Amino acid sequence: MTIIGAAPATGRRKTPPVRGRRRWTFDRISLFVVFLVLPFLGYLTLVIYPFLQAAYYSLTSWSGFTATQDFIGLDNYTRLLGDATFLKAVGNSLTLLVVVPLLTLVLSFALACLVTFGGSSTGGVRGLRGSSFYRVVSFFPYIVPAIATGIIFAAVYDPSAGLLNGILTSLGFGSAEDYPWLGDASTAMAATVAVIVWTFVGFYTVLFVAAIKGIPAELFEAARLDGAGRFRTAVSIAAPSMTGALRSAYIYLGIFALDAFVFVSVLNPGGGPQNSTLVITQQIYSTAFRQGRFGLACAMGVLLAVITFVFVGIVFAVGKLLGREKKAEVLR
Amino acid sequence: MTLTTTPTAPAAGTPAPERRSPPAERAVSATSHTVLSIWTVVIAVPLLWTLMSSFKTSREIFASPFSLPETWRWQNYADAWTTAGIGKYFLNSVVVVACALVITMLTAAMSAYVLSRFDFPGRSLIRNLILAGLTFPIFLAVVPLFFVLQQLGVLNTLPGLIMAYSAYAYPFTVFFLLSFFEELPAEIAEAASIDGASEWRTFFQVMLPMARPGMASVAILNLVGLWNQYLLPVVLNTVPDKFVLTQGLASFSSQAGYNVNFGALFAAAVMTILPVLVVYVIFQRRLQGSVAAGSLK
Repeated sequence: MTIIGAAPATGRRKTPPVRGRRRWTFDRISLFVVFLVLPFLGYLTLVIYPFLQAAYYSLTSWSGFTATQDFIGLDNYTRLLGDATFLKAVGNSLTLLVVVPLLTLVLSFALACLVTFGGSSTGGVRGLRGSSFYRVVSFFPYIVPAIATGIIFAAVYDPSAGLLNGILTSLGFGSAEDYPWLGDASTAMAATVAVIVWTFVGFYTVLFVAAIKGIPAELFEAARLDGAGRFRTAVSIAAPSMTGALRSAYIYLGIFALDAFVFVSVLNPGGGPQNSTLVITQQIYSTAFRQGRFGLACAMGVLLAVITFVFVGIVFAVGKLLGREKKAEVLR
Repeated sequence: MTLTTTPTAPAAGTPAPERRSPPAERAVSATSHTVLSIWTVVIAVPLLWTLMSSFKTSREIFASPFSLPETWRWQNYADAWTTAGIGKYFLNSVVVVACALVITMLTAAMSAYVLSRFDFPGRSLIRNLILAGLTFPIFLAVVPLFFVLQQLGVLNTLPGLIMAYSAYAYPFTVFFLLSFFEELPAEIAEAASIDGASEWRTFFQVMLPMARPGMASVAILNLVGLWNQYLLPVVLNTVPDKFVLTQGLASFSSQAGYNVNFGALFAAAVMTILPVLVVYVIFQRRLQGSVAAGSLK
């Protein structure tokens, strides 16, 4: 999960791959066939082959249940580019792509900093007491089935019987009474984003706590002796030392935000008021499995993949650029 | 460390005696605690509220979000389990997840071992194809996958679902385990083969046991991931009798509309969460540890 996009550890290889000597004995051939070839063939059939097929289907007008798959070139794509509903879905997905990682990373980075060096700074730089309790609780939403999270928050946001409006009215916000958080186009998306952020912050807090602990303690000690406050320490010491972790986190969150299918479809099955929470994945699902327009759905899938790769490319490029700047600064 | 650690205030307003810290320091750590406590409350309250609501009647739920149930209605759990079919779905989930987990762990460990220990033509191609499966959006594959399973005759069957679960957990598991097998000292495998052990025996009796910590971590991550899987069953398994738990929960919440027994719906959500909660409580340390290990790669 977290190692998406990260290169496998190559630097510390201890096991040189075996070459030659006792080459193709039955023992070794059978090992290869059963250990690698068979599982990999299964993987090719169920994962890689469908990806390739999707690319082909996207060029046909296939409805799935007819025998013919008429090749129509890029017609599906031109149709999608003129489809206002689909473009709305793309816009919403891009909004999620920007907002979800940003909010999640900022919040979890801040919490991770509080946990690791938010404690009293007399004596050694150290974390907060009882920090493991916070970590244990805040990590939990990550492993709650998303469908259950969605159902819980659909109830929390309920206009009349929901927890949120109950709390708000008892705090004196009378205007919150019966306010439909998910039923109003102006708040539906924000309410959805809040649920996704709620789910992921704890996970990334744990990740970042580990990353911060991997930074040599002397750096923090030195920063403190130089008079840096905690905020300065977080921004100038912790963040630059963990760009790798931040980048992986951003990529993983972005890929997830482009999916978001479960949350969005539980909170607002129909795409929300004025399609305000409709996302690409929901469109793919309904186009394929409700309307049976498989060719068109595959074209949407291809566009989703393209968006994903452009996004990953941008994050890597920006990461490289920032890394180079940092190096230049050090050299100066 | 221990000498300087004095109890810190759990929240602002109740400063604990801290001999060495000036007031500013205390304020900072109190603020930290306050922020973290607020976040903890934000996490815990919706979950606890769900638990409480699962014991209320629909009428009580609509009357007030805060009221405690008049009587603790365990009946909601029985209703969800039998009437709403959660029991059946639960069982389906257990079967599918257990089988898929065993298949995934075994095949991925074997493949990762071969990929890490032997050099052969096409090795990097295979590695890259496995990496590709991690990066492509599953939604792209899901439409054709439907027809692949149909052609194989396993659409809407539990075996078909097990195959799909295993195939989509395979790339992640292989990559996670690759790094573990690469860290194992090659000399041990060499020694085993000099002692006359076959390749097979070397793997099962020597190498696999050494990779146990890695296996355990990734198994827990997979267990949670497979249990929470929603997209694959929704697309590939549309016969209500064969629903897995996540699917059953979704259809329970949507199909009943306004007539739904909300107490039972909350109870169903609690029962869906309960297994992962148990796993979490037991393996919490290892789970967080493996997340942390992933961050360093």
